[in-house]
Amino acid sequence: MIWLTWRQFRTQLVAVYALVAATCVVLAVTGPALAGLAHRNSDVYDVLTSNDRLLYNGGIAVLAVAPALLGIFWGAPLVAREIETGTYQLVWGQSVTRGRWLAAKLGFAVLATAVAVGLLTTAITWWAHPIDGALGSQHGSLASRMTPVSFAMRGVVPVGYAVFALLLGTLIGLVLRRSVPAMAVTLAVYVFVQIAVPLWVRPHLVPPVTSSVVISQKTLAGIEADGSGPFRITTHTADPRDWVLTNQTVDAQGHAAGLPSWFSGCLPPPPGNSAPSGKTEVHPGPGTLDACFSRLTDEGYRQRLVYQPHTHFWRLQWAETGLYLAASALLAGLSFWWTRRRLL
Amino acid sequence: MNTVVTAHGLGKQYRSRWALRDCTLEIPTGRVTGLVGPNGAGKTTLLRLIVGMLDPTVGTIEVCGGKPAADAAQLAKVGFVAQDTPTYAGLTVADHLRLGAHLNPRWDDATARSRTERLGLDPRQKAGRLSGGQRAQLALTLGLAKRPELLILDEPVASLDPLARREFLRVLMEAVAEHEISVLLSSHVVSDLERVCDHVVVLVDSQVRVAGDVDDLLATHHRISGPLREPSTLPADQHVVSASHTDRQSTYVVRTPAPILDPAWSVSALGLEDLVLSYMEGAAFAPTHPDLEVLR
Repeated sequence: MIWLTWRQFRTQLVAVYALVAATCVVLAVTGPALAGLAHRNSDVYDVLTSNDRLLYNGGIAVLAVAPALLGIFWGAPLVAREIETGTYQLVWGQSVTRGRWLAAKLGFAVLATAVAVGLLTTAITWWAHPIDGALGSQHGSLASRMTPVSFAMRGVVPVGYAVFALLLGTLIGLVLRRSVPAMAVTLAVYVFVQIAVPLWVRPHLVPPVTSSVVISQKTLAGIEADGSGPFRITTHTADPRDWVLTNQTVDAQGHAAGLPSWFSGCLPPPPGNSAPSGKTEVHPGPGTLDACFSRLTDEGYRQRLVYQPHTHFWRLQWAETGLYLAASALLAGLSFWWTRRRLL
Repeated sequence: MNTVVTAHGLGKQYRSRWALRDCTLEIPTGRVTGLVGPNGAGKTTLLRLIVGMLDPTVGTIEVCGGKPAADAAQLAKVGFVAQDTPTYAGLTVADHLRLGAHLNPRWDDATARSRTERLGLDPRQKAGRLSGGQRAQLALTLGLAKRPELLILDEPVASLDPLARREFLRVLMEAVAEHEISVLLSSHVVSDLERVCDHVVVLVDSQVRVAGDVDDLLATHHRISGPLREPSTLPADQHVVSASHTDRQSTYVVRTPAPILDPAWSVSALGLEDLVLSYMEGAAFAPTHPDLEVLR
């Protein structure tokens, strides 16, 4: 059975691994130079070449689509194609039980997928490590690997995603019995899960840290003035790489509260009254605000921060990978059940 | 009679529709059995139940002394060539033989190789590029080289032209003689089976109408015609299979173990095809009779 699976998979496998190898070579060649650059420059973002940025974004793009592509193009047709072409009847006519047939197919595909994506994510995580979350003094910064998008393209989670996508595709292919619709449905479900998990699940996988911060010039991240609504203040956590989940001002009783009305007097009038509905970032001038901040503090106002510190990175990674692998195991179980009981 | 397949009250239901109902059946060992019936009669369902691709909704079935597809050892005993003889289009003929060798404990490589050679199949040819007849022969080769006790073929010649059909059946018969296996093959064309089968099962409307040895069936079925008569006036041992009437004449196909002595009837023999067609036509007559097995 392993020989047959290998024979059926051969071409695609060689193609995928050739691409993985090529990616790894490019990263291996450019990686050390980048690490040196990051070592020598404190604000490495400002000295990145356009080539570096292309590779950085390319790495994110590759890891964003590779699991989905493998799931769609390996998973969905894995069984559906055999059903479409009727060849399942040929292979079931041999001396191999259905369970073993599916086990060989799934085992091979899962291993091939996990190793391919594992290699990619290892290479890309290693390559991007020196510059992830790099802060530039003038032009901007690169996303911390804790932020939702970057988090999904680093560490071990892409392996979990890929295995999940593959088994999802297999099960949907089994149920729908046709490759192309199965591919479409797999993509839709996978994208939904990829959006749902960072929104509703990931923040709670590891208990987040809650802290109360005194609002001052030092902790201030920004003041948002909505043309009509009240002002909102946001502050930093101790480390800019942290993933902030909640950032709100609370009053002396610890309840979420808007800023007191006198606070608007602390700010210069928003520029461009002509566009009152637009959201405007107000950059307060230094000095003028200090008094206002002390008054806020005296009146008991604090900034409440709920966040995942960057030290939680690996704990979150393993927790989310475990979650995806558990879901994958469930999907695999369903696939076996469906193959034995419901397929015909 | 040694049986290779024994079924009792077998039935398969798909949602609200019964694809096969109340099927009690014995298929003898070492024979070539034809499963005949119109399209949609439940032939494929019955074959799949025997192979173990399907589980019955009700009833029991035993194949080669075991539950179909229960384990690898059981699977090894039964060969199956599915309808339209599917093969992997991207794999070569040689790949298919390797597949067979890897997946079957009793694989007979010498037979497989000599057969493909004799058939003139190029081992490097992709199966997707074979003609329908060659594909069917490749599928048959896989089925035979597996060395099963029972080989099941579902409409193996349906998509073949008359020449390829004859060739396929000839090769099948040679192989059966050589390896002494039991064969069960289905078709909706009786003339295909007439040449090769010594036992038939007629399936109409999801039910077994008649089953028995071809010689016995031919000996016990008669076409009788004479003056117009009600079927109820026939002797009790003459079971009516089909009937047709004109203003003055009645023609019956009857099954009876005894010779027909009534001088009013002119009696003629039936060919297998006519016999099977009578059962298909006379489907409305028969269903209340529980015992359709030919008495021996």
